[in-house]
Amino acid sequence: MSGEAAAGHGHAAHGEWECEPTPFKASWPKVMMWWFLIGDAVLFGSLLVAYGFNRVAAPAWLPQDKVFSMNFITVMTFTLITSSATMATAVAASRAGDRKNACLFTMLTAVGGIAFLGMQVYEWWHMIGHHGARLTVGPKLEGFPDVPAFSAYFFMITGFHGSHVLSGVFILLYTGFNALRGRNGPEGVELAGLYWHFVDLVWVFVFGTYYLI
Amino acid sequence: MSRRDRGSVWRFLLPVGFLAFTAATVAAVLFKDWMPPVASEHGKGVDGMITYILCAAGLIFVAGHLLLAKFIFTSGADDAPAYKPIGNKAEMLFTIGPTIFILLISEIGVLFIGNPIWGQVFKEDPEDFQIEVIAKQFEWIAHYPGRDGKFGPFRMEKYDEVDNIAALWKKDKESRDDLVVRGKLILPAGKACQIRIKSFDVLHSFNIPAFRTKQDAVPGIYTKTRFVATTPGDYEIACAEICGVNHYKMKAKVQVLPLEKYMKWLEEEPGFFE
Amino acid sequence: MALTHSHGTDAAHGHDHPSGFWSKYIFSFDHKVIGVQYLILACIMGLIGAGLSVWFRTQLAWPGKAGMSPENYVMAVTMHGTIMIFFVVSLSLSSGLGNFCIPLQIGARDMAYPLLNMLSFWTIVPGAAIMVASFFVEGGGAAGGWTSYPPLSALPKAAPGSGTGQTLWLLAMAIFVVSFTLGGLNYVATILNLRARGMTLMRMPITIWTYFISAVLGLLSFPALTAAAIMLLLDRHGGTSFFLPSKLILSGQLQTNTGGTPLLFQHLFWFLGHPEVYILVLPAVGIAFDVLAANARRPVMGYKASVFALWAIAFLGMIVWGHHMFISGMNPYLGKYFSISTLIITAPFALLGVCLLGTLWRARIRFNTPMLFALGLISAVGTGGIGGLFLATATADLHFHDTYFVVGHFHLMIGVTSLMGTFAGIYYWFPKMFGRTMNETLGKLHFVGTMVGTFVVFTVQHFQGMGGMTRRYYEYVNEYVKPAAALNPLVTIFAFIAFGSQLIFLVNFFWSMFAGAKASKNPWEATTLEWTAESPAGHGNWNEPPVVRGDPYRYGEGADGKGWKLQTDA
Ligand code: HEM
Ligand SMILES: [Cu+2]
Ligand SMILES: [Cu+2]
Repeated sequence: MSGEAAAGHGHAAHGEWECEPTPFKASWPKVMMWWFLIGDAVLFGSLLVAYGFNRVAAPAWLPQDKVFSMNFITVMTFTLITSSATMATAVAASRAGDRKNACLFTMLTAVGGIAFLGMQVYEWWHMIGHHGARLTVGPKLEGFPDVPAFSAYFFMITGFHGSHVLSGVFILLYTGFNALRGRNGPEGVELAGLYWHFVDLVWVFVFGTYYLI
Repeated sequence: MSRRDRGSVWRFLLPVGFLAFTAATVAAVLFKDWMPPVASEHGKGVDGMITYILCAAGLIFVAGHLLLAKFIFTSGADDAPAYKPIGNKAEMLFTIGPTIFILLISEIGVLFIGNPIWGQVFKEDPEDFQIEVIAKQFEWIAHYPGRDGKFGPFRMEKYDEVDNIAALWKKDKESRDDLVVRGKLILPAGKACQIRIKSFDVLHSFNIPAFRTKQDAVPGIYTKTRFVATTPGDYEIACAEICGVNHYKMKAKVQVLPLEKYMKWLEEEPGFFE
Repeated sequence: MALTHSHGTDAAHGHDHPSGFWSKYIFSFDHKVIGVQYLILACIMGLIGAGLSVWFRTQLAWPGKAGMSPENYVMAVTMHGTIMIFFVVSLSLSSGLGNFCIPLQIGARDMAYPLLNMLSFWTIVPGAAIMVASFFVEGGGAAGGWTSYPPLSALPKAAPGSGTGQTLWLLAMAIFVVSFTLGGLNYVATILNLRARGMTLMRMPITIWTYFISAVLGLLSFPALTAAAIMLLLDRHGGTSFFLPSKLILSGQLQTNTGGTPLLFQHLFWFLGHPEVYILVLPAVGIAFDVLAANARRPVMGYKASVFALWAIAFLGMIVWGHHMFISGMNPYLGKYFSISTLIITAPFALLGVCLLGTLWRARIRFNTPMLFALGLISAVGTGGIGGLFLATATADLHFHDTYFVVGHFHLMIGVTSLMGTFAGIYYWFPKMFGRTMNETLGKLHFVGTMVGTFVVFTVQHFQGMGGMTRRYYEYVNEYVKPAAALNPLVTIFAFIAFGSQLIFLVNFFWSMFAGAKASKNPWEATTLEWTAESPAGHGNWNEPPVVRGDPYRYGEGADGKGWKLQTDA
């Protein structure tokens, strides 16, 4: 979508309708994507700050390593970071005009995303099925009080991040497919890449604040 | 169309309008005391702060409107020769001067007049009388610690609209001698009181305009405010945070007694569970 | 097809203008049509919002005579505030005039992404419809104030409107945020990327700077509201307790929530809320600069200083939200910090005000309707800003918070200033929109009514606030407030005058659209780029790309005594 648009406009902008050069030489789809991501970052930031605010005010919190398997979360994180690497490869290939590899690595990235989502689903199942957690009920742990906010923030933050990953996977599949057909503009893969890197980065923050601290 | 406007009536009308507005506002400030009569110690400080800003900001307000009126009234005719630049120095002075002036007067006001009074309102002093005020839709309840000087803890499960409005429990020994007064806050004159404010349901705001006191009641936490009532007499609490349909009716009487009378009342009033 | 079209590539050849009624007027990609669509939607919402205020002002002046119950009252003030801020001022000033003038003033064919632009408009329409529909659900519309602080807004039993009405309110707000964000992305990308040759950043009219800055502010601050809205919705419908502390008692019943904190919502809300007020007022100031320069026949004073002041205001505006929370139970030390930082903003604000005023120095004023509104704006923004000095001083705010002083202050700011800017802009650009001018006599009548009405209403409200008159009260039953409340009938009468003059505007607007006097390309002899396009400007704005050769305000220049020069002139 954005790729085609970029192509269409790039033609108009640099052909008949000359424009004043842009700061940082970024094309308009890239400018839009960057500002969208900055806004989205504020959104995630707000959720994480809210989590911090509540957690500081809460009389008790649960030890994360007793609720989650930290090894498993590390694997999840590792998967997502790896997918960022394949994404970077895809962007490089697309820049070099190598359609086949651009498509291949974009699809690989999507596979990474799907793997992450699978693990995320397992996490939720584990929380709900094993620990008896609900949106309004904290996971049950021997010797610890019920902390509903622990669950509420878990489901809200990981759910919101998960929905970003899910939409990212769709975007990747679409972009990868278009890359093969050569229907992406010069920037299609790059834009998808920006979004994907952002989603990964957010996860790192979620991991750091919700799971580690 | 531009030519038509040259000798326009607006050249007179606008300056006259702006000046009339300025004069009326200044007169309203000078010739009428709008504030409710003040009846607390820090309240005098708040009024001092407000007076300071009125003077400083009033100056800017008047000067700004005078200039506005002057510029409009003396503006050249439309077909006058082209605009002559004013000169960088004059422009700089005109822009930077007022900017720094405003910055200075407002920061000096807050740092040297405002903050000390702000400090009085939030001071913690063990000498102060402690009184608790409970806010709920749509009434105020005063809760005094009684002879033991300790507030009974809230037992929300025991709450009852009729018999136990303050949600206390007989079995708590701190609660037994506590005093609970509905719809009225009795205070001593000349003695600092710290009010702990508690809300049972939504946000409210504990507001005694005559004391210049205002502090939200927030469910889940205690908020605090402090004052010294100066003059015995009757005053009012008026809720200042929207809390539902009857927000406008959420008022209570404040009765300030001379210190001895207040102490006597405290002595004689039977405790909630006595 | 649709896509290529949207980028104006074909329009350049002049043979692909949209022809059908639907693609020309309803689902148009043309920024000018979209701008006008926003304006018309804002007019409709404005009638509703202002109608509500007439209703509750009647109640305040003559209690019991307006056929209004206390339930109606809290709903009416809540919905009035919400509709006015988000669906009238935002839509007319930010979205309406912004869409219309940005591409024209920077020399672009259209917005960067016209399809998205059309989608933003058609996203807001259902949002507005839902907001209006919420009046008719059980319990009525939202009634927790436009700030919708929980627990009041989170617990359906706390207020009549906190049931379905509040849910629809949140839904409509979410839609608004989506639409406004898409619009903001378009603004930023358009202004950064599609400036005509020679239109360097420091040659942009101040209007463009203000739109750019307010778009950036919106992108940075609205997400906080989105987060708050998500959490509030979860509290309402998912049973969570983000904002709901333990053991609340409501109508005698113990609630099951545990562990939340209401202050969190206030922080998130005002992290958006304060920048939002700048989003609403800065473009009005920007438009005033353009109109003042054109009708004072001189360049604005301190172009660079103004741009600097705008950025300073925007930056500082992001870190002062706590001045709405001085007495909310926030730590008193934070109160001191927010007081000091807020007062620093008065410096760039004063700078901006002085530049507005200085633009009249040695002027040769043409008293046409847009100019009158721009002059009124100078007084409104100054008077309102001075009220801000009182409120920003925490110690004085002890007395003023949540009284009519606040009501007077913010109405002068986002009510009067924003609307004066909007009106100045509409009267000024009307020829470019429709190729006709608005009627001057009606326009001046509109100005006098608006000026007299609003200034009396909102100035008197400051004094009522000094008398301790609390806001959002159905009726004033306290003794101490009787002297202040005695002024209510006066205020209401002037409010009617202000309302009545807006009807004159509506008549003028729609009548002139079809029957106004034909306008030339550059009826105000102004210098900025939009005046080099045809009136009305066609799809694609220009046939040949304009090339900019100078500053935006070239008054007092020009050969053979003309006294002005277009931005494209050599
Ligand atoms: C000199 C600059 C300004 C200062 C120092 C200032 C200060 C303040 C303060 C401290 C408050 C909170 C009052 C209270 O709730 O007790 C306030 C309220 C408000 N201000 Fe300003 N302000 C300034 C300019 C503006 C501007 C430019 C706008 C709008 C465009 C604006 C709109 C508002 C609004 C909407 C509220 C009320 C919010 C509510 O419903 O509680 N202010 N202002
Ligand atoms: Cu109330
Ligand atoms: Cu603010």
